[in-house]
Amino acid sequence: MKELNSVRFEFPSLSANEGFARGAVACFAAQLDMTLTELGDVKTAVSEAVTNCIVHAYPDDIGPVIMRLRILEGGELEIQVKDRGRGIEDVEKAREPLFTTGGEDRGGMGFTIMESFMDLVKVRSKVGGGTTVTMRKRVERRRMAQ
Amino acid sequence: MMRLTSSRQGGKLIFALTGELDHHEAGGLMGEMEERIESAAPRDCVLDLEGLRFMDSSGIALILKLYKRMNATGGRLFVANVQPQPMRVLDASGIDRMIDIEPSPAAGRQ
Repeated sequence: MKELNSVRFEFPSLSANEGFARGAVACFAAQLDMTLTELGDVKTAVSEAVTNCIVHAYPDDIGPVIMRLRILEGGELEIQVKDRGRGIEDVEKAREPLFTTGGEDRGGMGFTIMESFMDLVKVRSKVGGGTTVTMRKRVERRRMAQ
Repeated sequence: MMRLTSSRQGGKLIFALTGELDHHEAGGLMGEMEERIESAAPRDCVLDLEGLRFMDSSGIALILKLYKRMNATGGRLFVANVQPQPMRVLDASGIDRMIDIEPSPAAGRQ
């Protein structure tokens, strides 16, 4: 699928950056004429993916979170959230609802929310080698900005 | 920025959350709420989300903890005035099957 626009940015895994990541994606996604519901879905999925990096990828230290956003031909938004943290041992298990290694403060609903709100969620992970989450959200073509 | 205010109405303690609730903001929130529950010893608790513009799954964890805290003393938790985005997150989590959740009358469900 042809790429129409893209942006890439990196920030340290500080929890204060969760709001920044949501806001940055919302600004970029404004080029697609999303409904408020679609925009809310995208912001929620980004918040979950970035929080996973902060809580699970770098539990004891601060590391880089790399985001790449792309607008694809046909009105699709692709969001990639990548870390160089400790990785996920069992990706299938991590994607199960209510599974968490984050204690009581995390509900284990992160991947469930991402999957409910996005059209596609791909997770690639290697223990000790980091995790990449790629998500896509389709926007109806008739609503795309000219 | 997240803001927490609380008030009493009969036997109920009402918490109102304003702003955006994520993992960063949820950090000290439960401890603060527990302290206020301890000192007010209410029968039931209401979580008023009229001013909550955004919530991710950190909000689900917070609501579940608040529900368990109230349940432990035989009290109930009501979640009221939920805006459309937080409502979608709560719907996706399925916790509306165990907790009394009311959408904001002004916003309704999308």
